[in-house]
Amino acid sequence: MSYDSFKVLKSSAVPLPIENVDTDQIIPARFLKATERKGFGDNLFRDWRFNQDNSIKNDFVLNNPTYSGSILVGGNNFGSGSSREHAAWAIYDYGFRCVVSSFFADIFKNNCLNIGVLPVEVSQSFLNNIFEAIYNDAKTELKIDLPKQLISICDSKNSEKFEINSYKKENMINGYDDIDYLYSMKSDIKEFESKSPL
Amino acid sequence: MAKTLFDKVWDSHVVRRIKNGPDVLFIDRHMIHEVTSPVAFLGLKNRRVSVLYPERTFATADHNTPTKNQHLPVTDPESKNQLEALEKNANEYGISYWGLGHKKNGIVHVVGPEYGITQPGATIVCGDSHTSTHGAFGAIAFGIGTSEVEMVLATQCIMQPKPKKMRITIDGKLNNGVTPKDIALFIISKLTTSGATGYFVEYHGKVFRELSMEGRMTVCNLSIEMGARGGMIAPDCKTFEYIKNREFTPKGDDLLKTKKYWDTLYTDKGAKFDKEFFFKGSEIDPMITFGTNPGMGISITKSIPKAKDVDNGKLTYIKSLDYMGYKEGESMIGKPIDYVFIGSCTNGRIEDFRAFASIVSGRKRSKNVTAWLVPGSHKVMEAIKNEGLLEIFKDAEFELREPGCSACLAMNDDKIPPGKYAVSTSNRNFEGRQGPGARTLLASPLVAAAAAITGKITDPRSLI
Repeated sequence: MSYDSFKVLKSSAVPLPIENVDTDQIIPARFLKATERKGFGDNLFRDWRFNQDNSIKNDFVLNNPTYSGSILVGGNNFGSGSSREHAAWAIYDYGFRCVVSSFFADIFKNNCLNIGVLPVEVSQSFLNNIFEAIYNDAKTELKIDLPKQLISICDSKNSEKFEINSYKKENMINGYDDIDYLYSMKSDIKEFESKSPL
Repeated sequence: MAKTLFDKVWDSHVVRRIKNGPDVLFIDRHMIHEVTSPVAFLGLKNRRVSVLYPERTFATADHNTPTKNQHLPVTDPESKNQLEALEKNANEYGISYWGLGHKKNGIVHVVGPEYGITQPGATIVCGDSHTSTHGAFGAIAFGIGTSEVEMVLATQCIMQPKPKKMRITIDGKLNNGVTPKDIALFIISKLTTSGATGYFVEYHGKVFRELSMEGRMTVCNLSIEMGARGGMIAPDCKTFEYIKNREFTPKGDDLLKTKKYWDTLYTDKGAKFDKEFFFKGSEIDPMITFGTNPGMGISITKSIPKAKDVDNGKLTYIKSLDYMGYKEGESMIGKPIDYVFIGSCTNGRIEDFRAFASIVSGRKRSKNVTAWLVPGSHKVMEAIKNEGLLEIFKDAEFELREPGCSACLAMNDDKIPPGKYAVSTSNRNFEGRQGPGARTLLASPLVAAAAAITGKITDPRSLI
């Protein structure tokens, strides 16, 4: 099943300069009870967005109308913790298509790539530049050019190349997913299975 | 060329190598549970494909199950719906299903080894990051997302770039009162929660060789907490003794054939790792965490580090201490606690309950402490009863619950109330992990027992 293709994204961004943002913050476990993939955006960063009586925490960035856009910019080691894909679903469902950080946890990064959210890993200094630009002007736009593997801070000369393996890049650009690929090599898999020692 | 154990197992499971892309990796064993599988089954239905090898997938209910009155219907409608979905999907596709109340039910990473599903040299995945546990048997085992659960169901393969290789060697002798949990918390405190991201870890050295299989499982379980994809320990006679005659382990001629493969499972002399760490067993003390990630751990006798001494993320560090209600420079010993949780895929095995019993035996639970003792499986629960531990717990005024993940992630009713302190043998101390506003202190079963008896953080060595 394909997902939205991702080529070039130009958008303002939401800054979250906290390190080690873990998947329990992105989506707390008590909201993992659904059997369908919908509504997870409502509980994105639930306990940072809302008090326990469900009133809004005004100091959290998602509750601050100054900042908006389809790019989330997080601190170092974003997405550590659980393998719950629900974390990536919540980010997607809330409206983000890209997460920028200086470092991502492995499984979270994979999960994002598997559902069409682009994780863009930049240097710590470039990340600092992004935060600085957004705090100077909340309307600052970032441009993510996947074919060129380039992230730029618009209206500045500041840009940086980012890494993505060419297979995943092709998938993201075309909106293909891995099962399409795996399914096409089913006979190879069957032959492999028949010789498997375990 | 000299190969590492990890290389041998990984390379022998590659169905296809994609240039500048991931490997197509064949998966021997797949475990599923109620929380991360329903959307994968929906995906299969939408694509109109079936499960390719249902006999290679095993289902158990654990994350979202009550730990009291399991014989009664589940009251929370959403949890009930999720459990029913797992049962329905397992039945529809012919997958073995050990649901709530089944005698083989328990936490997925506890029952896998118990029934011999976990085997040396296997590739094992599950929609749960603590799948790394199974690396204790010399398997490549790691957590995957729901899209990948769907891939494995449909094709028995996933697509993964091969991780880099890290070796952590600990030689020497362990101090008194130091358990496998302390070893793992010590390593994570040295490497940080992202220190092994992008790597697969092999644990080498005398300290790991001397651990029991249960202890090795605790260490491998926590590999993910330093960011590693997984961790593994080469199989040895302890491993083969453990798996012998379990329900799903090969027997007779099959065993002889498989043993040939198993006998190749070691790291060749001279094999290269991308990164190496060396520690001494004597450096490790009983550990406790004071912050909101598992890397924020210290020897129980030490004080909370000062923000100025923290390398990165000072603001995040201060935010973390603020959440915990702690101040830099404070000593951990003597801090009052409210809850104790013993259980989870990290420390919910019989050896953990034996350790807990060794301290609470002949003593009484502190009146200020609420304690939840949750076995990892029915098999563990049976052993607790058969070995006489249940009597010890009752005499010390502890109550034993029924198996499940319970307060480790608090999806069920086992939630630590806001602001309360819990000494927990589980694996994560993230904000709100054990309930909104809950404050978690990760520790070993010995430290948990000492806290349960005294009502405060106590060096367990004073009670051994």
